[in-house]
Amino acid sequence: MIVCVAHNIISPLGVTSADNYAAVKSGRSALKRYDGLWGLPEPFVASLLDRDAYADDRQTIDEKIVIDSVSRALENTSVDVTSSRVLFIISTTKGNVFLLDKRANAFPQERVRLGMMAREVTRHFGNPNEPIVVSNACISGVCAQIEAMRYLESGAYDYVIVCGVDVQSAFIVSGFQSFKALSPDECKPFDANRQGLNLGDAAATIVFTKKDKVGDNEWVACRGAIRNDANHISGPSRTGEGSYRALKVALGDMEPEKLAFINAHGTATSYNDEMESIAIERAGLAGVPVNSLKGYYGHTMGAAGVLETIISMQAVDDHNILGTRGFDTLGVTHPLDVSNQNRATEKRAFIKLLSGFGGCNAALLMAKGGLR
Amino acid sequence: MRHSVIITPDHVIVDGNPLMHNEKGSVLLTELYRNHIGDYPKFFKMDTLSKLGFIASELLLNAEGNRSFEPREDRAVILFNRHASLQADTAYQATIQDPDNFFPSPAAFVYTLPNIVTGEIAIRNKYFGETSFIVIDDYDEKIIMENLKNAFQDPMTTSIIGGWVDCSDEEHFEAKIFLIEKEN
Repeated sequence: MIVCVAHNIISPLGVTSADNYAAVKSGRSALKRYDGLWGLPEPFVASLLDRDAYADDRQTIDEKIVIDSVSRALENTSVDVTSSRVLFIISTTKGNVFLLDKRANAFPQERVRLGMMAREVTRHFGNPNEPIVVSNACISGVCAQIEAMRYLESGAYDYVIVCGVDVQSAFIVSGFQSFKALSPDECKPFDANRQGLNLGDAAATIVFTKKDKVGDNEWVACRGAIRNDANHISGPSRTGEGSYRALKVALGDMEPEKLAFINAHGTATSYNDEMESIAIERAGLAGVPVNSLKGYYGHTMGAAGVLETIISMQAVDDHNILGTRGFDTLGVTHPLDVSNQNRATEKRAFIKLLSGFGGCNAALLMAKGGLR
Repeated sequence: MRHSVIITPDHVIVDGNPLMHNEKGSVLLTELYRNHIGDYPKFFKMDTLSKLGFIASELLLNAEGNRSFEPREDRAVILFNRHASLQADTAYQATIQDPDNFFPSPAAFVYTLPNIVTGEIAIRNKYFGETSFIVIDDYDEKIIMENLKNAFQDPMTTSIIGGWVDCSDEEHFEAKIFLIEKEN
């Protein structure tokens, strides 16, 4: 079984997984309105790290928070990162894309290549393997975990370190603004009055290994699947095709009653949340509580799948279904069990669901103590 | 045999045999579209990476034969490259670089993700299977083949359109893709 041995989150809400979970549990959010930032003509609401705290002339902010997150995740483990039996998988959509604006920095242009950014990280840790970068739009963080499961299952590595990262910039914010996808206020996932998403900065790390025997309190990555809508490159399927199919494979023969919750993508765009409600109902999971963490972090893109898996594992550890911040009145066609309050649960498994541009969707089943 | 397609700015090779063409560079992709596809005008909206991956996959699937366009979930599309979506990123950056001439375009922004090409191929062929895009800084057949072999761990995947689809700008590109089937 593929087991999570350590994790970390670096976000505006904290620099450890525990701090992040405590903040989310208490309802805190780092979403703020920014006016005129980076010379952008329109204001926007986002969850941003303090850029000055990461200013450096050798490493970009993306590289620094990945290195910080991985270092903190490894702190209490015996993993030897210099071993060829350890693989790094980086999950990112845009990496160092801000380097394309040559006025803004003095870094070598080659660092805009995702593989060079990843090599900066493995070089720092003295890891000899070529790092793999998963760049599958907004589902990258779950895809990277599925890749890790496969590499470990094949026996090629003893540990895989998955780190998801994205840092917002004029490039990304203006792009989402041009799509009219950003909410003018804090986002409202699954709500009748939702007006779009917010963006966020984060890096999040999970270290995985393979074990034959798993303890009751160990987290197991059980099954994951990636499926395409085969419908449209920038709009989700009206039948939730890819998400439905990914959910079906991830769920497998597990009874839906065993799921504490589905941690949905829940970006708070009109189309995404509606599509997820269709997919969840089609997969026979309408009775399972659903939540979204976007009201706490915004959409952290390449980090989202990793970050939201870590917060969800801690929530189950704490017997808690986290409330969906920003949600008030259900505004999707198919009835979903969404609440803005934390709720108690004794169940030990959850599904992480994501969807993204390119028509891609991913689902991952995580269970404490494994499937039993 | 294993079907394969190689496209560079001045060569096109299908299943080991050179394919005749007159043009080079970006115009070559348009020539290949007109001579071998022709019924998919969405092609003209695509960025260079998607055009390249789309054309290469069309030639590959024509070589496979018996195209039915029936929906299927057992075929994955898993591509690799070095430059991610750099050509589209550079084009989009130009639309926001100058504050006095600021015109960010959603049509340009959507292509600033390398996995869009995998979506384009899935849409064209009604593939509901896995689509994935992976960036490594150098072409490495060993890494690519190990990764594709791992992808057959998915319970439904029985074949994969896989390989390298890279482009740094409109005139510099390389596709090296193939169709592999699950063993035994």
